[in-house]
Amino acid sequence: MTIKKLLIANRGEIAVRIIRAARELGIRTVQVHSTADAGSLAVQMADEAVEIGPPSAAKSYLNIDAVLQAARESGADAIHPGYGFLAENADFADAVAAAGLIFVGPDGDTIRRMGDKTAAIATAQAAGVPTIPGSGGLIGDLGEAAEIAAGIGFPVMIKATAGGGGRGIRIAHDAAEFAALAPQAEREAKAAFGDGGLYLEKMIAKARHIEVQILGDGETFLHCYERECSLQRQRQKVWEEAPSAALSPHVRADLCASAVALAAAVGYRGAGTVEYLYDDETGAFFFIEMNTRIQVEHPVTEAVLGIDLLAEMIKVAGGEPLSLRQEDLVIRGHAIEVRINAEDPANGFMPSPGTVSELHIPGGPGVRFDHMLFAGYQIPPFYDSLLGKLVVTAETREKAIIRLRRALGELSLGDQVKTTAPLFDALARDDDVLAGAFHTKWLEPWLEANCHTLTRQDGEAC
Amino acid sequence: MSTCEIRAKIPGVFYRKPAPDQPNYKNPGDPVVEGDVLGLIEVMKSFQEVTCEATGTLGEFQVEDAEAIMAGQVLVVVEG
Repeated sequence: MTIKKLLIANRGEIAVRIIRAARELGIRTVQVHSTADAGSLAVQMADEAVEIGPPSAAKSYLNIDAVLQAARESGADAIHPGYGFLAENADFADAVAAAGLIFVGPDGDTIRRMGDKTAAIATAQAAGVPTIPGSGGLIGDLGEAAEIAAGIGFPVMIKATAGGGGRGIRIAHDAAEFAALAPQAEREAKAAFGDGGLYLEKMIAKARHIEVQILGDGETFLHCYERECSLQRQRQKVWEEAPSAALSPHVRADLCASAVALAAAVGYRGAGTVEYLYDDETGAFFFIEMNTRIQVEHPVTEAVLGIDLLAEMIKVAGGEPLSLRQEDLVIRGHAIEVRINAEDPANGFMPSPGTVSELHIPGGPGVRFDHMLFAGYQIPPFYDSLLGKLVVTAETREKAIIRLRRALGELSLGDQVKTTAPLFDALARDDDVLAGAFHTKWLEPWLEANCHTLTRQDGEAC
Repeated sequence: MSTCEIRAKIPGVFYRKPAPDQPNYKNPGDPVVEGDVLGLIEVMKSFQEVTCEATGTLGEFQVEDAEAIMAGQVLVVVEG
């Protein structure tokens, strides 16, 4: 191993996870932190800690100069960016390399290419990965656009090129509706965004979000099967599984092969994830984007394959070839991860930063809890609300859900912090969830309808 | 004449304006009524409104814009 000392440019549960992987590889660790995180679990666990700025992430965890200076002063030879913060910042990856250090992840050019939506889609298409059928660019004459829409197949989304985040989207279910909506969309886009440019995309109703974990060392590329991440609120995943209950062996093979083809096309080095929309009705899958980093939900993959993705990405970054072979990766059982956030699901997911007055961590067979907690920990209000990830594994999905209910019952953080645990307990008893019958737009209406079944943790009515 | 202290219900970062390029919600000396928005607290990447709990005249702010604050800290006083 060429890496002797690894600096962790992140915080929270993923910093703890990286420290654990590094320690097992015999690598010393340097934890950078803001003043608000001086007492964090990661700081306590790391071999060294360096303060890099005030609580504001922009002035600490996102401060490239401060991170690089901490690396120089501590003598670190590699930097792990975790997820979020600088993990997909190509300029940061370049700056780390320019400083003569190892960036644990792909090079800046790969991050840049896959981070650009248009370039990523073009790369996927060139690698033979299915993408969402669409106009492939701006539409001109609306009469011609109607023909393109019919060719794509209804329902079709009419999107404003200047929109984004769900704004400026109209859905046409047939040709007549398209003829009515397209001119309206053009006028509104012009008024709202000052740009009437429109493009078309096939609407995949009730799509699942399914993603494939990939690994590469620049020469060999393999997949670690899929994760099902359809249970989302405000586009944030809350519950993830491996494998997906929706895929046939045939579709799974095609899906995973396409992800490997994309990894090979860019000569990928490190751990990455190729995200897809999956249509239950047709069995078709479509590339959405690639994430060039470790993901929050990586433990479900580790659980069913018995591998260590963090160790693998650190070793590859250090110049070693992949230690895994595709034929060795066999799915055993079923794993579910739920995100324990400091939020009250019965009160509009109101953030609940507070003190962990007591801590009871679930244990026993098939239970893993990746977290950042200790009794007496004061959760800072400056960062995201993820406290930990409860991961359960069992022989079958049904047994994993039973185990999840059991493990949730053992979790306690005391009475001062409200968490999303009651939401998962309710979901683990829901018929649709038990049947695995959900899609990315399933959870939000469920929350509207079932809020009253979640007990408000401050005792007030929902 | 009575005074009402407006305190932070949650810890986080206090902002006096809805966005960096917009004017303050309220300024000292402004007349305010119960329910008026006085600022925002950014907590765990979400924004919660700070609303006025009294009717009267807004006094001086006890915290700076974009300052980290604790739960229970006095943000501003309303004189009624």
